[in-house]
Parts: sequence; C-alpha cells; structure tokens
Amino acid sequence: MSAWSWEHAARSLPLLLDGFKITLLATVLGTLIAVVLGLIVAIARRGLPPLFGYPLTGLVEFIRMTPLVVQLVFANLVLSAHFDTLTIGIWVLGVHYMTYMAEVYRAGIDSVPQGQWEAATALSLPQSRTWRSVIIPQAIRNTLPALGNYAISMFKETPFLSFIFIGEMVRQAVSYGGNTFRYTEPLTMAGLIFLAASYPTSVLIRKLEKKLA
Amino acid sequence: MGGLSGFFENFGDNLDELGSRMPSILDGIWVTVQLTVLGALCAMLIALVFGLLQTVKFAVLRVIARIFVEFFRGTSLLVQLFWLFYVLPLLGWELHPLFCGVLALALNYGAYGAEVVRGSIGSVPTGQYEAISALSLSPVRGMFRIIIPQAWALMIPSLSNLLIQLLKGTAIVNLISLADLYFQIGQMRAVTGTWFAFLFGLLAYFVIAWICVVGMNALEIRAKHRIGRGPSLMESMSTLLRSPGSKVGSEVT
Repeated sequence: MSAWSWEHAARSLPLLLDGFKITLLATVLGTLIAVVLGLIVAIARRGLPPLFGYPLTGLVEFIRMTPLVVQLVFANLVLSAHFDTLTIGIWVLGVHYMTYMAEVYRAGIDSVPQGQWEAATALSLPQSRTWRSVIIPQAIRNTLPALGNYAISMFKETPFLSFIFIGEMVRQAVSYGGNTFRYTEPLTMAGLIFLAASYPTSVLIRKLEKKLA
Repeated sequence: MGGLSGFFENFGDNLDELGSRMPSILDGIWVTVQLTVLGALCAMLIALVFGLLQTVKFAVLRVIARIFVEFFRGTSLLVQLFWLFYVLPLLGWELHPLFCGVLALALNYGAYGAEVVRGSIGSVPTGQYEAISALSLSPVRGMFRIIIPQAWALMIPSLSNLLIQLLKGTAIVNLISLADLYFQIGQMRAVTGTWFAFLFGLLAYFVIAWICVVGMNALEIRAKHRIGRGPSLMESMSTLLRSPGSKVGSEVT
C-alpha cells in the first residue's frame, strides 16, 4: 500500500466538495448572524442601564469562554425536536462568534472621540440618529479587518459542526477514511482546501488593514 | 430526564449523582488541564521560535518560518488532529492520543502565537533599538534584555485570548479516544439529563477559563511592573479579574 494514491484522492474529492458547500454556507450565514448580533449587543451594552447591562455582559462572557463544541452539542440536544440540525449549528456558530465581534465593535465605538458625542448632543440629535449617522459609521471603519479575521476563524472552526453530525468537509473526509481505510488522501486534501481558501482571504484582510491604518 | 422542567424537579438527585461521579469528572478535568497546560507550554515555545525567526536577517529562515505559520494557521485544528491520529499511524508513526492532542493544539495555537510574538516585537519603538546600538550592547543581548521584556508585556493580552481558545479547543479530543471533561459530561448526561449535565459542564469550563485569565492578568501586571510601566501585583488586585477582551488585537484570528 503506497503512502499516497491518486485514485483515492480523485474518488474522495467530490465528497469533500459536497462537504465544502455546507462549510461555506455555514460560514457565510454564521458570519452574517455574528456581524448583526455583535453590533446590537455592543450598542446594548453601552446603552442599557446596569441592571440589564451586567447580566448581558455576563452572558456574553460565558458564551465566549466556554467551548463551541459543547455549546453545539448542548443546543442540538435541546433544540433538535424543533429545528433542523444545520439551522441549529449555524445559529450556535453565529452566536459564539457574536461574542467576539461584540468586543471588536466595542473597541471601535470606544475609539470614536468623545467630542463626536458632545457634538451630537450640541446639535440635539436624537439618540438613535447619533448612533446611526455619527458613531456607527466612524466606529465600523476600523473594525473591518478584525471582523474579517474572525470570519476566517469561524470558517476554520466549521469542522466542529461534525460533532452534531452535519456532513461538512472534515466529516466527509473521515467517513471516506472509515469506509476505505484511506485517511491520508481525504484528510490531506481537506486541510489543503482550508488553506487554499483561508490564506488568500487573510492576505486580502492584511492589505485592507494597511489601507485603513 | 425530560427537558428544562426535569432540571428543576430532579436537581437534588442530580447533585447527588454529580457527587458520586466526582472522581471520574475530576479525572476528566485533569485530562483537560493536562492538554491545556502542556499544549500552551509547547505552543509558547513554537510561538517564540517561529515569531523570532520571522524577525531575523536571513531571508531563508524568515520564509521558512512564514510558511510554517501560514500552514498551521490555515489548515484547521480538527484536520490537524485527525491527521496526527489517523494518517501518521499509516505512515508508521503511532502516537499516544494525549501526545497527539497536545501536539495538534501546540502546532495550531503556536502558529497563531508566532504572529502575536512577531507583531509585538515589531511594535517595540525603534528608539529602543537605537538605544541598544548607542549603548553598544550586542544584538542578542539587546534582544533578550531590552526588546523581549517590553514585547512580552505587549503580547500577554493576545496570548491570554489564545490560551482561552486553546482551552476551548481541547473539547474535541474525545474524538481521538481521550476521556476529557467533555467526555465525562456526556457520560453523566445519560443519568441526569441534558440540561443538568451540560450546564454543569459549561460552568466547569468557564471556571477553568477564568483561572487562566486571572493567571495571565497577573503575568501582565508583573511584566509591566518590571519594565516600570505600572503598579506592582500587590497594588492592582482589581485589574486581576478583568476580562480578557479588554484589549482586542486584530492579530488574533
């Protein structure tokens, strides 16, 4: 048995690409959820009175500092009677990364100079208008690279979805290996596909970072 | 067992169950802690070596370090773990599962850490480098006595975030037949139901994570104090409990 067989590589590739579609879908939808919820949470943490603000902060910290895998399995066990597994998986990914993105937004909001808030008050802009037209446009600009990095990070953590039996790429690779006892080709190619997708994206983000800086 | 209501109805029984299972849960926690500590130490070593290699004069070494870092950052932790566990034996290298786990965590998070090390060495002000030559210290001595102590203080917040990610990453090792904390939660679930077992498990991970955060905060306070940029550890008990997100580095991907 040779170490590498092109035949097995060719045969497992269609399965991997099938899995890759799910990987991409989960990443895109998960990022969308994280980007939107993260902004809402970041604004809420600043705007809410302490009575609500502290519990929200506590919950966010709790989600951020506990393993995604455990959260996925927990949510799936509790919710699988009501929702399909992929939906649950995508939401858990999104909510987990929301906690990181909320931190990024918070840093962005904090970096808007105090004078901007004062100017908005001086112009007697209502609160919602202040956020929408003054603070958020300035805050978001510098957060783009960090948000992008977390999106890549999420992309590379989508294999954890296999814990709830979602047929993403790594699960496909392992099941091919289990059926044929050829793990080398599918796992190596799965790794290379991740690298081929994430490396160019991270280079683009680094360029964006330099441009914005 | 049934759902959330069962969580409240059987809470007393479940606590008893938890008590009688404590030995095996502690065994699980021990595996998780071993993976975290050994993984973090090896990752730090890898991060220092490949972070520093990216700052040397020889282009060949820089390129090799760069390829290493991009490779292990880019190929996903679970793939690396499976590769070590399933593929290496086929090539004639059978590793102990614990060693597999530590190695995968160390390579993956070490590669991220190398970026942090490189970034913080780069952000030590150039005046410091000039001071090294002005005092005619040798480059190596300057690196270890002047640059690294300052870079160390800068890199700790990001390393703290990485340590938490590494701890969270250990929860996948039951796939390679290790009975870690997460595995023990799954065992307990069969008796106590989902809510009790998983809420306990998440809380246990959260507590371990906070212990790591407090330790890293202490290291940061000490490092800053040693380069004369902050109060000593005794004077700064309040910052010790600060959450790890207080500084967000875009280098943490």
